[in-house]
Amino acid sequence: MSDPKTLSEKIWDAHVVHSEAGQPDLLYVDLHLVHEVTSAQAFEALRMAGRKVRRPDLTIATADHNVPTADRDKPWPDPLSIQQVDVLDANVGQFDLTYFGVNDVRQGIVHVIGPEQGLTQPGLTIVCGDSHTATHGALGALAIGIGTSEVEHVLATQTLPQARPKTMAVEVNGELAQGVVAKDVILSIIRTIGVSGGIGHVIEYRGDTIRSLSMEGRMTVCNMSIEGGARAGLVAPDDKTFAYLEGRPFAPKGQDWERALDYWRSLPTDDAAKFDKTVSLRAEDIEPSVTWGTTPAQSVNVTGHVPDPDSFADPGARELGWRSLRYMDLQPNTAIEDISLDRVFIGSCTNSRIEDLRSAASVVRGYKVSPKVSAMVVPGSGLVKAQAEAEGLDQIFLEAGFEWRDAGCSMCLGMNPDFLLAGERCASTSNRNFEGRQGPGGRTHLVSPQMAAAAAINGHFVDIRGWRRN
Amino acid sequence: MDPVTRIQGVALPLNRADVDTDQIIPAKYLKLVERTGFGRFLFDSWRKDESFVLNDPRYAGAQVLISGPNFGCGSSREHAPWALQDYGFRAVIAPSFADIFRNNCAKIGLLLVPLPQDEVDILLKRAEANPNTQVIVDLESQSVSVAGESWSLNFDVDPFVKHCLLNGLDDISLTLQHEADISAFEAQRPDFLPRTKVTA
Ligand code: SF4
Repeated sequence: MSDPKTLSEKIWDAHVVHSEAGQPDLLYVDLHLVHEVTSAQAFEALRMAGRKVRRPDLTIATADHNVPTADRDKPWPDPLSIQQVDVLDANVGQFDLTYFGVNDVRQGIVHVIGPEQGLTQPGLTIVCGDSHTATHGALGALAIGIGTSEVEHVLATQTLPQARPKTMAVEVNGELAQGVVAKDVILSIIRTIGVSGGIGHVIEYRGDTIRSLSMEGRMTVCNMSIEGGARAGLVAPDDKTFAYLEGRPFAPKGQDWERALDYWRSLPTDDAAKFDKTVSLRAEDIEPSVTWGTTPAQSVNVTGHVPDPDSFADPGARELGWRSLRYMDLQPNTAIEDISLDRVFIGSCTNSRIEDLRSAASVVRGYKVSPKVSAMVVPGSGLVKAQAEAEGLDQIFLEAGFEWRDAGCSMCLGMNPDFLLAGERCASTSNRNFEGRQGPGGRTHLVSPQMAAAAAINGHFVDIRGWRRN
Repeated sequence: MDPVTRIQGVALPLNRADVDTDQIIPAKYLKLVERTGFGRFLFDSWRKDESFVLNDPRYAGAQVLISGPNFGCGSSREHAPWALQDYGFRAVIAPSFADIFRNNCAKIGLLLVPLPQDEVDILLKRAEANPNTQVIVDLESQSVSVAGESWSLNFDVDPFVKHCLLNGLDDISLTLQHEADISAFEAQRPDFLPRTKVTA
């Protein structure tokens, strides 16, 4: 019997190509996801060095960050965006990569399309030049965000030198109350461990609460691992994972499916394996959460109040708290439900999957968006959009006064035509409330899709637990 | 990558925790397809405030940045280290750094110097009190000191990163020395693993 191992250690050890004392391990990469913003300089460097893409058959590209989500067939407003996507088009052509371009129905946010296509599978090593790559960990893959030089490295060698991370277990047990969802779970976890609590670690999310989440919910949780500072985050694959994957375009078929299943079933953490760090939360303590500040750890329950930074023991937290409140233009002790909003954004790789849209639509049905609010829904992929339209969700949103857009990162990052104006306050289902993240001077409050939907209708935050669905 | 050995220069004090890469360079500047020219957008929003330390002419030409814990958190954008380097910074001193940012800096030769908070505080105070303070970061001896003074502070650096920085090594070439290992690994990969290309 070999030493007991955790899920992430099993995946790591199965991918070490070369290991030498005093050096990082050289890991093989099973799947490399490429997008327009972090790849141009990598392809250029490859060309300059006369190198090729080693494994085009393990690489896939899409355009998501910098694309408009409306009127795509008309000329795009920003020539630089056109250029960046044109450069990607040219690179995938030159290096012969599989590409879901803007006119492909499979185009979408890179972290939505991997699982959707069945490319994301348990036990894989996955990299992408994007910090939210951990999303793919929801299927039991070890998925790591990398920078552009590392993108170049993977393109050229299909490997990545990486220092072995430490392991961290985040255990959530118990039953979530009605209206409390995956987004609230991860916001509570980050509130508990802090924005740097996960540095140097891979988090495995465990416990019966995590097991009870749908695959989409697990993706929401894993997605925000980086907001706790973690290298990656994952959930052990189980029957739910296998049922999600079966029949997807790139999932194994026939005999391969059986062989893959055998491998996948061997992956979960051994009973006797030890984690370097363990954190536990009780599901009963988790409530619908809203961020009040400018880091994802600064959140409170919707029934709570904006905290008074003077009450924080740590001087650094106090100073940061006041800075955040000044930026957010909030006073201490304001009731969260009294905060009124200008914009609502439902989308991003955290919450733009079909389940997210269904749950937001179930809140919206039969209501109208507050006249003070401008609200939009941006599906995570062209296929999510098509599915939602087949279910009539687009009509529910449109009748309520939401805009219904094409797939992309949209207002998650203030790069494409969708962004907040200075001073605008937004309830957003995305993952970062940093200063200016959704546009210079914009103010972001992170919430779940249901909470965002209810806020759009009321013009301020409301506790979704008391919501009367039509 | 140019070798990194010894850096001496003015140190800019940026006493903030959790400086994220969206602050270092906002997304709207990530549309460029080159690696250079990002320095003029460094800390773009904060720079609009005249009292922001980057606008203080006494720190012009600073080569060392001193900041708070969890520096470089958030987005993986390598444009953040590119912007710092393009602006003229060659080293960043802070109590801790985010993982992806740390890897990105190692690849481009921007030296990260982790020091305990109390030691960072000393350097911050010195730089704030006297902008002419010349901070010296020496990679070989893994030490930080102030020109003309005899004390020094030691910092940790990954031995492999140190080796690559001191010698200006290109890590793709290093990896390709293991070509035989990579090919051997590929030969034994099970064929149920996914391919992005559908073969007939
Ligand atoms: S949706 Fe936002 S967080 Fe996700 S990949 Fe796009 S920009 Fe990054």
